[in-house]
Amino acid sequence: MTATPLLDVQGLTRRFGGLVAVDNLDLSVQAGEIVGLLGPNGSGKTTALNLISGALKPDTGSIALRGGAIAGLAPHKIARLGVARTFQLVRVLGSLTVHENVLAGLAFGTRNDWGPRAEASAEDLLQRVGLGGRGAVMTSELTYIDQKRLELARALALRPELLLLDEWLAGLNPTELLQGIELVRSLRSEGIAVLMVEHVMDAIRSLCDRCVVMNAGKRIALGTPTEVLSDPEVVRAYLGDSDA
Amino acid sequence: MFLEPLLTGITLGGMYALVAMGLTLQYGVARIMNLSYGEILVAAAFAVLWLFTAAGLNPLLGLAVVVPAAFIVSWLIYRILLLPLVRRAKTRDALEVDSILATFGLLFVVQGVMLVIFGGAYYSYSFLAIPVNVFGVTIAANRLLALAFAAVIGLALYLGLTRTRAGTALRAVAVDPVSAQLVAIDVRAAAAMAFALGGGLVAAGGVLVSMFLTFNANIGVVFTMKALIVVIMGGVGNMLGALVAGLILGLTETFVATWIDPGLTLAATYTIFLVILLVRPQGLFGRSGR
Amino acid sequence: MMLSLPVKLIGTAALVALLACVPMVADGYRLSLAISLLNYTVLATAWALFSGPTRYVSLATVAFFGIGVYTVAVLGEVLAWPLVLLIALGLGMFVALIVGLATLRLSGVYFVIFTFGLAELVRQLVTWFEVNITRTLGRYVFLDVTTDQIYWQLLGLTVLVFVAGILIRRSRLGLALRVIGDDETVARHIGINTTAAKVALFVLSASFMTLCGAIMAPRWSYIDPAIAFNPVTSFQVLIMALLGGVHRLYGPLLGVVPLTLLFEFLLANFPNHFSILIGIAFMLIVYAIPQGIAGLLEKLTKRKGAAS
Repeated sequence: MTATPLLDVQGLTRRFGGLVAVDNLDLSVQAGEIVGLLGPNGSGKTTALNLISGALKPDTGSIALRGGAIAGLAPHKIARLGVARTFQLVRVLGSLTVHENVLAGLAFGTRNDWGPRAEASAEDLLQRVGLGGRGAVMTSELTYIDQKRLELARALALRPELLLLDEWLAGLNPTELLQGIELVRSLRSEGIAVLMVEHVMDAIRSLCDRCVVMNAGKRIALGTPTEVLSDPEVVRAYLGDSDA
Repeated sequence: MFLEPLLTGITLGGMYALVAMGLTLQYGVARIMNLSYGEILVAAAFAVLWLFTAAGLNPLLGLAVVVPAAFIVSWLIYRILLLPLVRRAKTRDALEVDSILATFGLLFVVQGVMLVIFGGAYYSYSFLAIPVNVFGVTIAANRLLALAFAAVIGLALYLGLTRTRAGTALRAVAVDPVSAQLVAIDVRAAAAMAFALGGGLVAAGGVLVSMFLTFNANIGVVFTMKALIVVIMGGVGNMLGALVAGLILGLTETFVATWIDPGLTLAATYTIFLVILLVRPQGLFGRSGR
Repeated sequence: MMLSLPVKLIGTAALVALLACVPMVADGYRLSLAISLLNYTVLATAWALFSGPTRYVSLATVAFFGIGVYTVAVLGEVLAWPLVLLIALGLGMFVALIVGLATLRLSGVYFVIFTFGLAELVRQLVTWFEVNITRTLGRYVFLDVTTDQIYWQLLGLTVLVFVAGILIRRSRLGLALRVIGDDETVARHIGINTTAAKVALFVLSASFMTLCGAIMAPRWSYIDPAIAFNPVTSFQVLIMALLGGVHRLYGPLLGVVPLTLLFEFLLANFPNHFSILIGIAFMLIVYAIPQGIAGLLEKLTKRKGAAS
């Protein structure tokens, strides 16, 4: 590898009391790449995202964005450097309108958009995720899938270079899933890199350039989706050890 | 001028620890941030004063009357005043804000009642004010007795919480109310019990404090404040933390009062609080939250 | 019903002009009532400015109010009036900044606890300072400020607090605060420096309270720490703001008017039971109308709107 990766994580470790949630994790994402972060429940995927986005501080290890260290920075600083995220349990701002949710992302993200230009951008973003013309609706009145769309629009409003998706495709029906996959794919063409925690195998196969598989906090496999999904250790992690 | 403030500080710190243990139960288990907490302490102090002067009842026997009474009153306060808020609250934060507001109102009601009855004057009574010599330092017997009682009550509470079934249930609710329900613990009953226990403890604190300190109808707020600081310093829900933090606070105040100026004790308390907030907001013994 | 901006501006200007005429027509009692109303309007609106959107309950209104009062008590006769106001403002903002930086990074409980004892702390520090350094406890304030002037200054401050509220609501800071009020984790992850936003607003809110105290100080001819830092003031302001409703700028005003009148009445007729009565009134409000009058009105109008 010659170019500096967009995101470079080395030896990342975080403990909760006696439990090592993320254990010496190495991981990188190139600009414009879609990387899947897989693993059974409780393997530390969400904790890893939380460490990258700044929600948690790592005990040891380094996280570099375009070569600059971001490990342990406050989340708002990391966000302004170009890392946006969605949450495993969707988090929209219930007392704001749909439009205002996106405005909030625009106003404080990497570009600090505010005023008439931001209003127009907000509408564009809503259009893009399939919520065009629904800006005036109160967020609390949206359906689950629309809340997920809105959360993505808000994350995109930050104009990120790296997007962290935490099971964003979970809970969608087959049609919505196809739309969702197309939406994520379209991000790549804009040069946005994606690191996605995901369980939906169809999405992983069709979207991810590479996958990292975690188990019990450790990285146990790295490669293309086909490679990692046929890796015996990965199969064992998901299906359980026959002699355990 | 070292041994004397040391002993005084330990007795005072023992009282703070005892009082804070009750608050940490109320806040840690029942999730009620009780701003009227210190008012129960003052009410208990006035109650034993009245029993002592009017009926000639020994304050230590007064404990046997006042503590159960405070337990029952606190239980009723929880069931009648606070349970509606618990039912209404959608989140833990909402309950916190509601309980702060409700108990803030209660503070003014209770304080107002005591002001009407006793006025703003300072009271004290003389009970066992006999000088005793400990390690060459003279100290009033009532202080030593208060400390001994506080130690016994604190120890009994600690054993009760760690060695009995009911105590384990309370600790389980403190750690995780949702999972506690899954193992068939009645969370609301446990919360009411913890709140009532807290009331009993602060009343005990009030009785013991009244044996050697002067008090008036307005000082409840200061005790609430100090108990809150001790709870934060020791880590919410942590009994041993409350003990250590209480002693630290008592010693600091006494040394500041003796060596610097008695008018600056609250400033010293706040300085400690500020340092804790800046350095270790999860408390001396608290685990860092997720 | 939407009015255009010029109509609103002219209407507001007319209302302020009308209110400015009050000292010319009102007798002494009515003027002092009007001053009371303005005083609590400033305090309750400033309180809600911060506590409404952030949901951090501040119990320290009188700490800042008292700083204003006491600054005037100490410096009022020594320095020119604008300079005194400026110093009071500086002190209030400084204390608010320390409190904010220490507590607003953390969850709301720490802030509540800190503000719970803050007025008592400042009172004891002022007492200590007066007893040990200046050796005077209690001061007589003879200033060349008439009651009319106090009224006009308060009216000006009231206008300022509302203008500040409107400007904030339209600014990025206002949006940031609404996001924080909804979900602080999301706020941080979309690039909002939540601590800075909260501290800025807390300092702003405290500066209005401090100035209010400074302007009110000449109303007393004798001031001691117990008068300046009377905890009941914080309590009254909290009740008024909550009764009115804290999620609208005009909300606190709806609580200030009825409660100022009620408190005047109670204080005149039941001075000894005052704190019990307002304690009960407060608990009734917390239990019965948690959203405040403004919230109730909105619910009612919404229901009407849905029905028609």
